[in-house]
Amino acid sequence: MSTPANSMIVVDDLRVRFADFDAVRGVSFRVPAGGSFGIVGESGSGKSTVMRALAGLNTVWDGYLEVAGRPLGRGPSPDLFRLVQMVFQDPYGSLHPRQTVDRALSEPLLIQGLGDIDRRIRRILDDVALPATARYRYPHQLSGGQRQRVAIARALISEPSVLLLDEPTSALDVSVQAEILNLLADLREEHGLTYLMVSHNLAVVAHLCPTVGVMSNGEMVEILSAEDLRAGRTQSPQTTRLRALSTELG
Amino acid sequence: MTARLFDRAWLLSDSPQSRTQAAWGRRYRLWRDFRANRPALIGFVTVMALLLCAIFAPLLATHDPVAQNLGQRLQPPSAAHWLGTDELGRDVYSRLLYGARITLGMVLAVVALVAPVGLAIGCIAGYYRGIADVVLMRVTDVFLAFPRLILALAFVAAIKPGMTSAVIAIALTTWPPYARLARAETLTIRDADYIAAVRMAGASPGRIILRHIMPLCLGSLIVRVTLDMSSIIIFAASLGFLGMGAQAPSPEWGTMIATARRFLLDQWWVPLIPGIAILVASLAFNMMGDGLRDALDPKQG
Amino acid sequence: MLVEISGLTVSFPARQGRHVAVRDVSMTLGTEKLGIVGESGSGKSLTARALLRLLPPAAEATAKALRFDGIDVLAASEKQMGQIRGRRAGLILQDPKFSLNPIMTAGDQIAEAWRNRRKGSRREAREAAIDLLAQVQIRDPRRVADAYPHELSGGMGQRVMIAMMLAPDPELLIADEPTSALDASVQAEILKLMEDLVSRRNMGLMLISHDLPLVGHFCDRVAVMYAGRVVEELAASELAKAQHPYTRALLDCMPSLTHPRPRLPVMVRDPAWLA
Repeated sequence: MSTPANSMIVVDDLRVRFADFDAVRGVSFRVPAGGSFGIVGESGSGKSTVMRALAGLNTVWDGYLEVAGRPLGRGPSPDLFRLVQMVFQDPYGSLHPRQTVDRALSEPLLIQGLGDIDRRIRRILDDVALPATARYRYPHQLSGGQRQRVAIARALISEPSVLLLDEPTSALDVSVQAEILNLLADLREEHGLTYLMVSHNLAVVAHLCPTVGVMSNGEMVEILSAEDLRAGRTQSPQTTRLRALSTELG
Repeated sequence: MTARLFDRAWLLSDSPQSRTQAAWGRRYRLWRDFRANRPALIGFVTVMALLLCAIFAPLLATHDPVAQNLGQRLQPPSAAHWLGTDELGRDVYSRLLYGARITLGMVLAVVALVAPVGLAIGCIAGYYRGIADVVLMRVTDVFLAFPRLILALAFVAAIKPGMTSAVIAIALTTWPPYARLARAETLTIRDADYIAAVRMAGASPGRIILRHIMPLCLGSLIVRVTLDMSSIIIFAASLGFLGMGAQAPSPEWGTMIATARRFLLDQWWVPLIPGIAILVASLAFNMMGDGLRDALDPKQG
Repeated sequence: MLVEISGLTVSFPARQGRHVAVRDVSMTLGTEKLGIVGESGSGKSLTARALLRLLPPAAEATAKALRFDGIDVLAASEKQMGQIRGRRAGLILQDPKFSLNPIMTAGDQIAEAWRNRRKGSRREAREAAIDLLAQVQIRDPRRVADAYPHELSGGMGQRVMIAMMLAPDPELLIADEPTSALDASVQAEILKLMEDLVSRRNMGLMLISHDLPLVGHFCDRVAVMYAGRVVEELAASELAKAQHPYTRALLDCMPSLTHPRPRLPVMVRDPAWLA
């Protein structure tokens, strides 16, 4: 199939079926290069399943997936590494408990046989505003926010085009959330990244993503701009309901 | 760097400057937790003492362990024979020291055979799931289904009694629990986000298992091994006692009890002394294992 | 006053000296909804746990006054505390998975809690349990009464937990992040339910949460905690007009759906807040 050249991510009629139920039933969307697309929905709506298929972590899917003009196969593919990386929700579970920050960051480089490891690590730590003193610490010696910075650094060290963000701030305190969201915005600009972000928090998604897709029951019920979402110009009842539930101080 | 290993501030630094410093800092913290546990420390010291006894047996022994002196049969402990003599007039103290070599050697050989095999089988079954899991775990179940001693006896009887066959027999019956343990650990680790992250970095399954999963299974495996050491010692001694392990005249502790059991009523110290040796060694390993379990508690990170 | 806390300090032994996790906290609670908000490590949960004397063994609590309905909690016997916990004061935690007994049906657990305070036959207790399940808006209470915890969804489990805590007809409900693990729609339902029950039964409620807007909507009064201290206490309706710079910073650094900003302000922690 042919796609416009400027689409970094193409998802077309993606279907994922687990043992006894359809987790994703025909989801399609596109994200332009340098753009950011947010997916919101309740737990079980299939939003994380879409992300894991794109990440190559879920191999049982039907449909068409494309990143940077390259169709994705179902098996793990070596070139995916340079294209797509992911930041996980729980900063306590996404770092190996027995590996230092240095080890976590050098592992992808060693696997890919990239040289210049020392310089790359120093630069990426600087990019995510971690002090050089954190380099040889173990995860348990870091705060939640610092861990999430390490996870972001690990994702970026292979210089991917697309960053998948799975609820990257929902386990963090709001003051730390603000720092991480600012960092993600800065990195997007500096590295020309394309983001796909999943969250249950509409305000967080709308803050980072100009376009938002709403998922419910494995389907994408609406794709709208962040402005429309803010202004309440919603089409589907599910979106209206989600928006009404997001509590804010008047 | 050796000097720095004694520098507590360097070891406990919150921001280590190098890989080495971070690794040694972690080891030092482990050791500190372990050391604070008194029974564990006693167990550790005892095990070390036993190992030293085994290594330096020729220096520490007062007699030749196999030299017979029928004129000096079944002597009670005395200045000449610190722990008395056995039914052939051999010095029990010296035999005990050389016996430590055999017993501990057998235990270490069993562990060296069993731990890597169990770990590899468990991790592979747990990581791949599916067919590999079913096949490997059914094989494990088959070995678990046999009574251990019967299986070992049958194996030794079929080959030929001796230390090598005893070690292989014990190994054959000891690995299944390790495989099960490693598989259970792997199942909880394989779906962790940090494993997903290395998969996304393009790591091969072999690399993921070897470098990321196995190191995490190792902690509980080491604990299990030290706790099992006592039962391996007793198992080795049982085989020796039944004449299927180390053969006379070699001074294996179980064999010593077996040959001296006739004198239990009149010269009770002859079988009792190797019995105490077995008890002390198993207790020491058990106490050390308990301490290791507390120190390696995953909550400590 | 149902609850009176004055000068509460909770500390833990540390490598050097003691680590003070709650420092000189004072608050009172009547038949109202009090929210305690703060970030992780602010001491909000420890404050509530101290009230039920459910602190970790290593913790040491001192206070000028720590009273539940006039009973001195720090001096009370274990038996008196047993009367308070689970009978006169209920505690709802974030994840019902860890608070429900996995090998007992939901109905049996509620019935047992009910019999804690009242005398009655097994059948009466079961009927009471089913009635309580209906009160927490479970559509099919008889089926749920026979279900085991693993058969319940997160929202359903939390409802069962609330029903169990309400069974002995307590005077105080302490809810520690009761809805953080739940979806927004379920969260709204559970909060609505708690609100109804609290006002209908004339209870006191202490809601502990990291979610400032949520507490602002739901509670009557809010105490903001920072580094073990209460830095500000105000009516929930006044939250948007909070005075303390920490509360302001906390409100400020949240992204807003209705008031977008290109960049979020980053909280600069002023040492003076610790004064």
